[in-house]
Amino acid sequence: MAVQNELGTDTSSGRVSPFYDPRIRGIVFQAALVIFVVVLVYIGASNAIENLQSQNIASGFGFLGNTAGFAISQTLIPYSVTSTYGDAFVVGLLNTLLVAAIGIVLATILGFIIGIARLSSNWLVAKVATAYVEIVRNLPLLLQLLFWYFAVVKSLPSPRESYGPLAGIYLNIRGLFMPKPVFGPGSWLFDAAIVVAIVAIVVIWRWASQRQAATGQQFPTLWTSLALFFGLPLFALVVTGFPVTFEMPELKGFNFTGGMRMEPEFVALLLGLVIYTASFIAEIVRAGIQAVSHGQTEAAGALGFRRGLTLRLVVIPQAMRVIIPPLTNQYLNLTKNSSLAVAIGYPDLVSVFAGTVLNQTGQAVEVIFITMLVYLTISLLTSAFMNWFNLRMALVER
Amino acid sequence: MSVAYVRETPAEALPPPSTAVGAIGWLRANLFNGWFNTILTLVGFYLVYIIVVPFLEFAIFDAVWTGENREACIGPEVGACWPFVWAKFGQFMYGTYPDPQRWRVDLVAVMFIASMVPLAIPGVPYKRWNAIFFFAIFPVLAFILLVGGFLGLELVETARWGGLLVTIVVSYVGIVASLPLGVLLALGRRSKLPIIKTFSVVFIEFWRGVPLITVLFMSSVMLPLFLPDGVSFDKLLRALIGIALFSSAYMAEVIRGGLQAIPKGQYEAGQAVGLGYWQSMRLIILPQALKLVIPGIVNSFISLLKDTSLVLIIGIFDLLGIIQRNFTDANWATPVTSHTGYLFAGLIFWMLCFGMSRYSIFMERRLDTSRR
Repeated sequence: MAVQNELGTDTSSGRVSPFYDPRIRGIVFQAALVIFVVVLVYIGASNAIENLQSQNIASGFGFLGNTAGFAISQTLIPYSVTSTYGDAFVVGLLNTLLVAAIGIVLATILGFIIGIARLSSNWLVAKVATAYVEIVRNLPLLLQLLFWYFAVVKSLPSPRESYGPLAGIYLNIRGLFMPKPVFGPGSWLFDAAIVVAIVAIVVIWRWASQRQAATGQQFPTLWTSLALFFGLPLFALVVTGFPVTFEMPELKGFNFTGGMRMEPEFVALLLGLVIYTASFIAEIVRAGIQAVSHGQTEAAGALGFRRGLTLRLVVIPQAMRVIIPPLTNQYLNLTKNSSLAVAIGYPDLVSVFAGTVLNQTGQAVEVIFITMLVYLTISLLTSAFMNWFNLRMALVER
Repeated sequence: MSVAYVRETPAEALPPPSTAVGAIGWLRANLFNGWFNTILTLVGFYLVYIIVVPFLEFAIFDAVWTGENREACIGPEVGACWPFVWAKFGQFMYGTYPDPQRWRVDLVAVMFIASMVPLAIPGVPYKRWNAIFFFAIFPVLAFILLVGGFLGLELVETARWGGLLVTIVVSYVGIVASLPLGVLLALGRRSKLPIIKTFSVVFIEFWRGVPLITVLFMSSVMLPLFLPDGVSFDKLLRALIGIALFSSAYMAEVIRGGLQAIPKGQYEAGQAVGLGYWQSMRLIILPQALKLVIPGIVNSFISLLKDTSLVLIIGIFDLLGIIQRNFTDANWATPVTSHTGYLFAGLIFWMLCFGMSRYSIFMERRLDTSRR
């Protein structure tokens, strides 16, 4: 205060001048930001309204009820040329979710195998895994997709000369053909058996872990679960006299009929996504396992754990804590990357909705808004789940 | 008790068995210890054999190296058609940039490399001036040289740009534009002012939540609607705006990581010597935080470089796009043309990305002082 008095500044209130007051500055900055955003939105919106009127483009979401008038090659719900744009949207969304779901499962499996292989004591295996990661990770995904589609899938042989690695499975330029299970009457017992088996396995796991925690006695949960999972449905099949038959794909003329068919675009997209994402997952897995300090492994060894048990009970649970957050990130990336399907013509959300529907209706604002909203919802839901999961998994320190 | 014989000197150590040293020992220890590892090794050898051998045959041994047109590359067992790449090399690098003007691109490339290399090598002095040149002066010079239209330079429309030129321009602009935006957003996200914080969080999470392809669609189809009548942006510029906004969200998260790594004492020290918010950010926090996140910035640059190939979907011919477009050239239509093109694109992308990822690892080791 004394110094300030000598300088002759205002000391009556003990405050700095309003120009230097952080509180006032904060209010000014925020007001400026609000005004900036509002002005930007206003200018953009008024331009958009004017442009839309001059170009005679309708606005609003009424177009979703109009007839689409185009066919889609792969549909999970009934869809025809007479369906609406809304139906086309659902078809695209389901196709995106389908490729994302299958891709996530396969990429996780491949990624874990390669990540563990990178840490293998086997020199060759470790080097092969490293080479895989370094090559795949440093090539653009779009290049890989184009390669898989145009250079690999499109140069597969014709149906007459298709590859048949296993009986009933055929790979050719028209796609991948597989036997299709046909459920006859009485197969509900089979479905019921699967549900019962899963419920029983969950119950047994809980009971066994509680008993082990209380008494130390172990129970062969793995073998029991396997037996239940395969035994019960098989038993149901035997009781009902095998109501399930397989419809085999058959070569008729120039193409296969019957059976299940995976579109070539789907095969290429899935291959590209899985191979690309697996290289990132492999790195995450490797980093996660290396993050568990070696002392943990040694401590488990000192307690007399076998190597498999050490991995299962000591290393992996701790590594998972490090692995899961970036792993979810990769799942999200895979889902977002599936939008590259538009480059190879797989009918996903972006290709069907933001591509064909946008071109036909011209309602860019609404279409792009809906498309982005879908991806945003998926990513926000995933991060909400992630936060919940992290809370559960977080290290409880005493 | 008498002892019949006592050795007075220790016996010479026997040499290790021949199966434990040398090449055989190494093989036994690293490839064939146990039946499981032996199986793995054999599977590994088989995998390498079925992938590497056909690849080498295609790319080198069976490849055609000279020729004038498609005739050279047609045959039963022909590998890569390299004459296709030689013939189209100019296009792959410059697009359809007019031939007599290509020296301008070359000059920009020389300036780019000459200012980037000293910036990347830690020991070279004058980092500050170098950075100012690379991030502020060079973009202006490059714009004047590449676009032209004044100073006696012929105007070259961006529609004629293509190939590696577009790939590098898009990713460079993406990074340079996203750095300042990213810094502001990262500071905003850590700010105590509620509106600024909310705005930053929403902005970052929005761009991180949508795929780049929808952003490109948005900038190519939706953006023109929001501009007043008569004002139209160049197609490349529209894509650049979309990419810059998109990558600034990712950059913000990278920089936020750096800000969080600065100990609280540094902030408090800034306040203690009487620095205001911006002063302490500019003089104390950001220099340290930005240095910490150099590997992260390089990694975003790598993913941006890979992502730029997406611009081909909205009809801009980057390296991959222009290669793809040349597959339809009837002069070079052979069964191996597309394979060769993808191989060439892959080689260039891989060299750029792999080189940068090595650099990022090198910087990470250099900046990580915890092990010493």
